[in-house]
Amino acid sequence: MIFKLFLTFFKIGLFTFGGGYAMIVQIKEYIVAKEGWLTDDELTEIIAIAESTPGPIAINMATYVGYKKRGVLGSVAATCGVVLPSFVIIFIISLFLEGFMNNKYVAYAFVGIKAAVAFLILRAGVDLLKKVEKKPLPLICFGAVFVTMILFDVLAVSFSSVFYIIIGGIVGIVAYALIGIGKNGGKQ
Amino acid sequence: MIYLELFFEFFKIGLFTFGGGFAMIPLVEDAAVNNGWLTSAEFYELIGVCESTPGPIAVNMATYIGSLQGGIFGSFCATLAVVLPSFLIILLIAAVLKNLTENKFFKGFIRGVKPVIAALILATGVSLLFKNIGFAGIVSFSFDWVAAALFALVAAVYIVSLKVLKKKLSAIQIILISAGLGIVFCSIFKG
Repeated sequence: MIFKLFLTFFKIGLFTFGGGYAMIVQIKEYIVAKEGWLTDDELTEIIAIAESTPGPIAINMATYVGYKKRGVLGSVAATCGVVLPSFVIIFIISLFLEGFMNNKYVAYAFVGIKAAVAFLILRAGVDLLKKVEKKPLPLICFGAVFVTMILFDVLAVSFSSVFYIIIGGIVGIVAYALIGIGKNGGKQ
Repeated sequence: MIYLELFFEFFKIGLFTFGGGFAMIPLVEDAAVNNGWLTSAEFYELIGVCESTPGPIAVNMATYIGSLQGGIFGSFCATLAVVLPSFLIILLIAAVLKNLTENKFFKGFIRGVKPVIAALILATGVSLLFKNIGFAGIVSFSFDWVAAALFALVAAVYIVSLKVLKKKLSAIQIILISAGLGIVFCSIFKG
């Protein structure tokens, strides 16, 4: 069983391109449909937990399923399984990438790829902005962080992104948990 | 000591990345650029690589930067560190704190963090776009029209595919198309 957990998550890690949400499709196929290790309801619950806890969704999922099936050892096996393919592939790439970059056409390809990366990041940002609650406090938080980030970037002021997240979290605790703004508003 | 530095930085990244792959980009950029591990340009090239290889982008980044800075052991330390916070927190939730995500302080924290993450990612994208097209700081601006045209083309291809062909291109498809466009454009206009 331990080995099967490892192997199943190894396959999921190997065939998931494009990060977290692509993984959910794979989990559905392998863990819910094929192995029957989770029900659809449990999957929905784990997705909710994974979204509101830090770290890659893939890791959250693997740890949770592994623990449910075989305790701590199971969670170690599943997590190692899901991480190992990326680790091996990227480690090999890391040995050669700088050499590749000296090739003129590879460098040209990366001029294009940089445009794609900007596009992908902007698209992810817009998608998240659409999901921000359309209420004064979240919108003010969004605007303040956005403007400050751009301003600091232009002025080359260094300010760790971690601080924005901590400040946002504290504002959230004070506003929603202590003062109780928008008690019935927002499904989150 | 580089292994400890890698471990500490990536543990912090693992701990503060809420909301999946893209949310960690600004955090890793801070760590990589401030520690002098990568230049900002190298960092964004790396994202292109990590988006087109399998697995969580956080793990890919950690493995790559760890390998550059400390070989295979560096790679191991960084990857372990980025995974560990999620692993421990999920274990805690699964074993003991079953209702953590129902806790009102926890929910308040997450609710406060969400708009911040959206802003971090969007601001990162806007900054990157401006850097790509030649805006570097307040006074130095030399318009790189090839980069601007490439961005416009990539966006146009995506939108046309979505609206006309009703097909949402995946990240890998977008990256492969843009790599091809980059080769064609640069060969023609930059020799």
